[in-house]
Amino acid sequence: MSTCGIAAGAEPVYRALADAVRDRELNIEVRKTGCVGMCSMEPLVEINVDGAPRTMYGEVGVDAALRLLDEHVGRKHVVPGFQVPGVDQLGFYEEPGHDPKAKQHRIVLRNCGIIDPTHIEDYIARGGYQGIKRALAELGPEGVIDEIKKSGLRGRGGAGYPAWMKWSFARKAEGDEKFMICNADEGDPGAYMDRSVLEGDPHAVIEGMLLAGYAIGATTGFMYVRAEYPLAIDRIENAIRQARRLGLVGKNILGSDFNYDLEVRLGAGAFVCGEETALMASIEGKRGTPWPRPPYPAEKGLWGKPSNINNVETLANVAPIIRNGGAWFAKIGTKKSSGTKVFAVTGKARHSGLVEIPMGTSLREIVMDVCGGVPPGRRVKAVQTGGPSGGVIPEDKLDTPVTYESLQELGSIMGSGGMIVMDDTDGMLDIARFYMGFCVEESCGKCAPCRIGGKQMMNILDKIADGNGTPDDIILLKRLARSMRKASLCGLGQTAPNPVLSTLRYFMNEYEEKLLQPV
Amino acid sequence: MSEATMVPDISRTVQKWRKKRGSLIMALHEIQNAYGYVPRNVSLQLAQLMDVPLARIYEVITFYNYFRLEPPGKNVVSVCMGTACYLKGAKERENEFCEQLGVEEGETTEDGQVHLQSVRCVGCCGLSPVVVVNGETMGKIGPEDVKSIIRKCREEH
Repeated sequence: MSTCGIAAGAEPVYRALADAVRDRELNIEVRKTGCVGMCSMEPLVEINVDGAPRTMYGEVGVDAALRLLDEHVGRKHVVPGFQVPGVDQLGFYEEPGHDPKAKQHRIVLRNCGIIDPTHIEDYIARGGYQGIKRALAELGPEGVIDEIKKSGLRGRGGAGYPAWMKWSFARKAEGDEKFMICNADEGDPGAYMDRSVLEGDPHAVIEGMLLAGYAIGATTGFMYVRAEYPLAIDRIENAIRQARRLGLVGKNILGSDFNYDLEVRLGAGAFVCGEETALMASIEGKRGTPWPRPPYPAEKGLWGKPSNINNVETLANVAPIIRNGGAWFAKIGTKKSSGTKVFAVTGKARHSGLVEIPMGTSLREIVMDVCGGVPPGRRVKAVQTGGPSGGVIPEDKLDTPVTYESLQELGSIMGSGGMIVMDDTDGMLDIARFYMGFCVEESCGKCAPCRIGGKQMMNILDKIADGNGTPDDIILLKRLARSMRKASLCGLGQTAPNPVLSTLRYFMNEYEEKLLQPV
Repeated sequence: MSEATMVPDISRTVQKWRKKRGSLIMALHEIQNAYGYVPRNVSLQLAQLMDVPLARIYEVITFYNYFRLEPPGKNVVSVCMGTACYLKGAKERENEFCEQLGVEEGETTEDGQVHLQSVRCVGCCGLSPVVVVNGETMGKIGPEDVKSIIRKCREEH
């Protein structure tokens, strides 16, 4: 019952099942869960009753749901035709450690699709809030930072800065009041990992906020959530209320002297607000325009006070690390990029959805093995990662393992985790124009390189697309890109040329075909 | 909306947010939820009651895409223009809406029934292309769905 499930019609299916179970006086529980990850096969119904194999069914309508009740629950056999094809082979829905062949490893999504996100008891039953308990009883703030250091956790919002270092700066900063901020302003088109976690397991993010806030010495935590995600806002507000009732948020948390409150603030549709300084301006109730760093937020952040910002996925990793220890986490993934990464694989992928894989898995494994490649008759042409700040990676580079550094070497970035699969029908000049158009519209306008540079690059791309470009335009594009990169105030402007540069790098032929004289 | 119904609503909102730091955007969200847009006279009241210059309020409203200064049509059709939707034909669907409704993106039909807009990624990429109709997200929208969505909008209201 996440936004995608509901969009595909999960609500009437749930009602039909719940009604039928009540009418027939069956002793089974019908539960709502968050996103399982197989978004293209929604609505999904999993049946787990005694005496019949535990089975997941895809694209279930009301009639099909009732048939499942008759046959799978009643006569205890798997109903052919509905079963989600090849779930095991896809590696979808595998619990960590269970199947060595499974490509997925769920840490961030550990509870998504399993628990009812509106019940705090469900989260607690799966080991929830044990992390904060351990932190308060055993570790202390320095101990928490130490475990995170051992884990090697890096920021999942894009840049990959070591989390412990940011926390440590904020802890050391002097201030009568400190703030912890959760960046849930997922504006990157083609990415929805954060939405799924907020909708499917909101308490995981809250526990991460508690631990981070405790570690840096914050008194208030702000959850800055996109207004475009109404269900996520509902779930997080509900979860905060539940946590407050149980004494997990507020004064003297779990009987300790740790006081910490959580508040929700809504975004209002500005991509630039994902940038940390712009985000803080927005929480302050102003236009979301960035300010130059230094001073860094750890020193002077929200209302001039020491602050720390982490994104949703980073925070969702924190509680399991504190519960299981940093060393456990460090063993997953690669040496410099530890743990897992959640990707929203979309575009032309056959099975588009959310996947969580250990770092170091190759792009090819993700696209071909986990997500089934592209539909028959088509060929994968490229994969785009990092959204408007990232770039395209051509098919012949897909064996690259996913790490922060390897993707950067290819001219893209890890980014927040959007992964868009493109096939041979997608034109790269069109893709470059799509992203540049996005950045032109989303530029806050504060600094000239981004405001003017973006518009000029857009004009040249349009000129080339219209068949009026010359080889000189390519040179000019590259010069503009360099200036934007070097001189823009924030990450939005600095990275905006990336989609253009990466398409120029790998698909120059598509530009050349459009030029008046070949290069 | 009469003046009489407006005043109590906004005073509640102001009371709730007045003392909290950085709450202007939250107050504007509540106002837009109540009216569908931010009416000028409400902004004036807000300025007075929260002791914020009107210019500051307009500075914020005009910066963020989410806030509207004009009332929307009775029905709002938002075509998602995220990357996944774009690759799967969102632009073509939008063109079909434009053609059948006789409006451009961002406009409302002459009878005020349907407002057409494109939106940034709604995070439902697995079901692309996606259209949000009056807050309800609909996935895998094909060319044939355009007509039925328009018909539904016109019939229901």
